Amino acid sequence: MTETWKAVESLTYEEAYAELEQLVQRLEAGQQPLDEAIRLFERGQALIRHCQALLDQAELRVRELDRSLNAEAEEPPEEVAF
Amino acid sequence: MELEQLNLFPRAALSVSDLTQYLRTLLESDDLLQDVWVQGEISNLSRPTSGHIYFTLKDEYAALRCVIWRAQAQRLRVALQNGLAVEAHGYISLYERDGQYQLYVDALRLAGEGALFQEFLRLKARLEAEGLFEPARKRPIPAFPRRIGLVTSPTGAALQDMLNIIRQRYPLVEVVLAPVSVQGDEAAGEVVRAIADLNRRAQPSVIIVARGGGSLEDLWAFNDERVVRAIAASQAPVITGIGHETDFTLADFAADLRAPTPSAAAMAATPDGMELRHKVRQLERRLASALEARVQDEMHRLVLLRQQLERLSPLRRVREDRQRLDYLSTWAAHHIISGLHLRRLRLESLDARLESLNPRAVLARGYAILQRPDGQVVQWVAQAQCGETLHAHLADGYLVTRVESLHPHSTSPADGGSHDGDLESRGITHL
Repeated sequence: MTETWKAVESLTYEEAYAELEQLVQRLEAGQQPLDEAIRLFERGQALIRHCQALLDQAELRVRELDRSLNAEAEEPPEEVAF
Repeated sequence: MELEQLNLFPRAALSVSDLTQYLRTLLESDDLLQDVWVQGEISNLSRPTSGHIYFTLKDEYAALRCVIWRAQAQRLRVALQNGLAVEAHGYISLYERDGQYQLYVDALRLAGEGALFQEFLRLKARLEAEGLFEPARKRPIPAFPRRIGLVTSPTGAALQDMLNIIRQRYPLVEVVLAPVSVQGDEAAGEVVRAIADLNRRAQPSVIIVARGGGSLEDLWAFNDERVVRAIAASQAPVITGIGHETDFTLADFAADLRAPTPSAAAMAATPDGMELRHKVRQLERRLASALEARVQDEMHRLVLLRQQLERLSPLRRVREDRQRLDYLSTWAAHHIISGLHLRRLRLESLDARLESLNPRAVLARGYAILQRPDGQVVQWVAQAQCGETLHAHLADGYLVTRVESLHPHSTSPADGGSHDGDLESRGITHL
């Protein structure tokens, strides 16, 4: 019953936190074999590191929505400093 | 007649222009007249092609000529008509050519309550009846927004306040600013377009519509029906932060969440980073203790299994036999030793009793035994006779004594002489 996990680095904070919360609950229920429990624990540690890193390193990104109605919808708005 | 004649000459006459000029100066130097609200009913309304508006305000007893210059006339929200009761604001001056004083109006509202407020109430009632403000329509604000759309002035302090709060609380989020004017005729249209554009092109988790404090007129764009409908129709939930705590706009009623100020809106849109860190630390502890409990569990199970195994082992018999042997030898040694000890104790106790019966031990404490030469012990005075020779045995030998006289106590020997008791009854006398 080994599940495949997404790479921790690709998770948003919300995803990482939700997975972490669920994982802790599963581990607390204690139904899995020991090696599975250890795998869960290590995954949990990675998620925690990721969450903390996201919070530590985050820098607010602010960009401006192009005012012109004719602007290409697909074109990503430029980042501006505020 | 003579008086009138006299009065014709003391002073020179003023020209009409001079007098009119003088009156105008008087009127224009009066504080009340330069900033006044006047209430009355509109009559003689005239709108010539020049764009200026002329009318008379009147009540039961008086009339006042009024002018609204074109620039002000274009900004009027009230549709003027004869008979309408209004409150006009402006200054009093004199139209010199007609010698007519008039009110130069710069603001006008319906009489009684302010026009804006009445309009506000009417629109609110209509939109409310339509169900736009229903609590059931309100959507939850996401706990972890990925992208926040900001609809506000790019130059206002409100924007900086909100960015500071978002940066401090939850810098993980991305902010997309849709810059708009937040007052004036353009404002409502720009806000409506910004909400639509944000939804279409940025797919924000939540949109904040914000404006710093201002007068009722300043906030008017947020009472615009189009703005209200745009907020209600937004795909992303909308938080409003318009004006101050006490300002309520129709946009606030349509929003999924109304925050009292722009800063409060930014707080409502973001989770608290400190709290998030705290929660992660809590999960970290729970994770560690969950694994620890799991390992403890395994260890306990292992110990139980080992005990079971040991119970079934052939080695166990050998160990049990050896244990029994150990027990027996200990038991034997104990009994042998304790038997000897008991005997010694008994002997010592007998010895002590024997010693207590030794009459010599009594003599050593100062008593004497009297004996006739034939060996008979003299216990009672009545057994002795005057002049008789007796042997008094002491601890280290005996004396030969003669009885001089007899002095029995009043108590007879038959009574037992209880106070001297046993010693006397055994023929022992204290000398």
